[in-house]
Amino acid sequence: MVALKAKSQAALRNVSAKRAVAPVSTRSVVPLKERRLNFGDKWDYAPAPEDSKNYVIAPRHELFINGKFVAPHSGKHFDTINPATEDKITEIALGDAEDVDIAVKAARRAYEKVWSKMPGRERGKYLYRIARIIQEKSRELAVLETMDGGKPIKETRDVDLPIVAAHFFYHAGWADKLQYAFPGRTPRPLGVAGQIIPWNFPLLMAAWKIAPALTCGNTVVIKPSKTTSLTLLRLAQIFQEAELPEGVVNVVTGTGETGTAIVKHPDVNKIAFTGSTEIGKQLAQMIVGTDKRITLELGGKAANIVFEDAPIDQAIEGIIAGIYFNMGHVCCAGSRLLVQESIYPKVVKKLRDRIQTLRIGNPLDKNTDIGAINNKPQLEKIRELVQSGVDEGAEVVQTSCTLPARGYWYPPTFLTGVTASHRVAQEEIFGPVLSVMTFRTPEEAVERANNTPYGLSAGVWTDKGSKIFKIVNQLRAGVVWANTYNKFDPTSPFGGYKESGFGREGGVQGLAAYCRLD
Amino acid sequence: MNRLDVKKTYKLYIGGKFPRSESGRYLPAKSPAGEHLDNFAHASRKDFRDAVVAARSAFGGWSKATAYNRGQILYRAAEMLQNRAAELVAEIARSTNVSAAKARREVMLAIDRLVHFAGWTDKYQQVFGSVNPVASSHFNFTTPEPTGVVVVLAPDEPSLLALVSLVAPVVLSGNTAIVVASEKYPLPAATFAEILATSDLPGGVVNILTGKRAELAPHIAAHMDVNAMVDGAGDAGLGAKLQAGVATNLKRCAKHAVADWFSAKVEDPYWILDTVEFKTAWHPIGV
Repeated sequence: MVALKAKSQAALRNVSAKRAVAPVSTRSVVPLKERRLNFGDKWDYAPAPEDSKNYVIAPRHELFINGKFVAPHSGKHFDTINPATEDKITEIALGDAEDVDIAVKAARRAYEKVWSKMPGRERGKYLYRIARIIQEKSRELAVLETMDGGKPIKETRDVDLPIVAAHFFYHAGWADKLQYAFPGRTPRPLGVAGQIIPWNFPLLMAAWKIAPALTCGNTVVIKPSKTTSLTLLRLAQIFQEAELPEGVVNVVTGTGETGTAIVKHPDVNKIAFTGSTEIGKQLAQMIVGTDKRITLELGGKAANIVFEDAPIDQAIEGIIAGIYFNMGHVCCAGSRLLVQESIYPKVVKKLRDRIQTLRIGNPLDKNTDIGAINNKPQLEKIRELVQSGVDEGAEVVQTSCTLPARGYWYPPTFLTGVTASHRVAQEEIFGPVLSVMTFRTPEEAVERANNTPYGLSAGVWTDKGSKIFKIVNQLRAGVVWANTYNKFDPTSPFGGYKESGFGREGGVQGLAAYCRLD
Repeated sequence: MNRLDVKKTYKLYIGGKFPRSESGRYLPAKSPAGEHLDNFAHASRKDFRDAVVAARSAFGGWSKATAYNRGQILYRAAEMLQNRAAELVAEIARSTNVSAAKARREVMLAIDRLVHFAGWTDKYQQVFGSVNPVASSHFNFTTPEPTGVVVVLAPDEPSLLALVSLVAPVVLSGNTAIVVASEKYPLPAATFAEILATSDLPGGVVNILTGKRAELAPHIAAHMDVNAMVDGAGDAGLGAKLQAGVATNLKRCAKHAVADWFSAKVEDPYWILDTVEFKTAWHPIGV
């Protein structure tokens, strides 16, 4: 049993904004002549870390199959680390095709014998139980999520976990009401759902996948991302505590190959994947010629459009929330800022000042705004893409702060002078990096916003209501936020247009992904 | 010498508190065999009017609570009822003419029905609301909202299940309710009030009166601050008296003549629509 090492936590104090060290070689500040706000180091924050010592993490975590934790047949495990310290947290079982087969068989058995036959009302009561236990253990799960994924505790505690519980609660209520979601039809479950989820919102994505699948009567084999297995395995313990019948949810941890084994398994009826567009296309290819159903929630390159009649200070907060929430590891992040020319200097100045106030450091500290980058390859990808922006002529604006010596860190960054052809305007960076561009007319804003293969989300900022609805109607994106950004609710469907995938998660529409309509 | 039991005084439930009737009146509750069990409060016109004030003042907070919050609170009521099921089963068995087994079935179904309706708080808008494709350049949508203070008349039996089945669809949307409990078997309703009082449900959202329906009916019909009436009592004469209230201040009036309260048909989301108003908003589209 290992508790988190207090020593490494102490080394992760929040850093003052003034102690300036260039975090990357590409750093260059836009020379703006006007007076700058001085945030100084006179108001340093005292550390306020969330207590993590009460939570015991077992040294090894096994697969969760048929209601029990079992060793992978290969006997192999891999390390999962805290990206903020690079310290090992625990070992996670490496599941392979054989383990996946056992899990699918367990899910099939549970589907045939128990879950698909159970009245909706009783299924719903299991989901309510799960929601209530999640609420009880919410703080513990938030701390573990932060340790395993690098997300700031402020976000895991106040965003991820409340939505996780709400998602189970909302879907619990649908279990005995599905006939009202599909008027004139009789909804039936599909069978065994194979689900693959990413590392950016580990528990939240698990909730988005598992809750609708179960409420509609399906059973599940789910694989978390290699870097973030811990909290899903805790959720498996909650399933045990809720006495969920064995085999209804099975967790097979492992690598991309484990996920491939799930997708290719002949007895899986439905695939649900959240991740990159590249992998999404590969999965779609794997099921060609089968009757498997698939929903894909993939990448994005959202335009956040700020008109000159926008409430500027509110918009600045929305831009910050849009791109720096969860270190920008958000598929719907507002990563392309489109600013109307007349307000461009004002917006850039305010943005530059605002990012200086973001606090980077120990994700377990309650004051931290920006935590650690989830994994090393992602950090390298962010660095590489920002470098490409510099090489193509963009200018980099970053916070001046010292980053902790250990762990994976990237400071809040935005790029000005970006043109539509730059890689940073086209490719998903999936980090705290915003590309700033301008437009003159609403028509141009819409055209530039839609000029991407993606279509997951978008933002519109203006105080003129009629303009909001006009622009919303013209944007080819699955979720559009008006005068707000990155809002999520279980009653509200989420999903993309175009190469951001298809299918919706949440709301009435999200149920369709897990039902056959007779 | 045997220990002497302490007996409970059955009282009204108004605004989260348990007052006796201001009139000082009481009625005796008898077992099916005719033995005297306990006395209970005989609610007066003034008690009813107090309950309307309590319900009206609770309406603001309850109707503005998020649907998610209301759902959790109704689910919490189910949790509390489950936890105190034995008490309710015993109460129904001793004070009404059903067996312990049937009383148990009734309580279990009441719990499940609360859970069922808890699930509707954040779904009925999605099922019954709409976005309307008007031909002009407007974004136009229709959403249901709670109507206000609702009086619910419960039938004599099943004393607990019918009350729960009638009240849940009223309060889940954000209405507040005054329930006139089973006249013949009022004790389970009075005990259920004690469960609601410990369930996070804000005081005044559900108020429970025991007494005589026929005596209260004209006052209900005449009250100018009651928005709707849901009549599940199944008494035609009484129904006509209530209907007079429609002409008073256009109270909404719904009647539910239910042959079998144990039937799944009672879990009817259309009952929610009896006590909501539909609001349509228009918003222009254009740059």
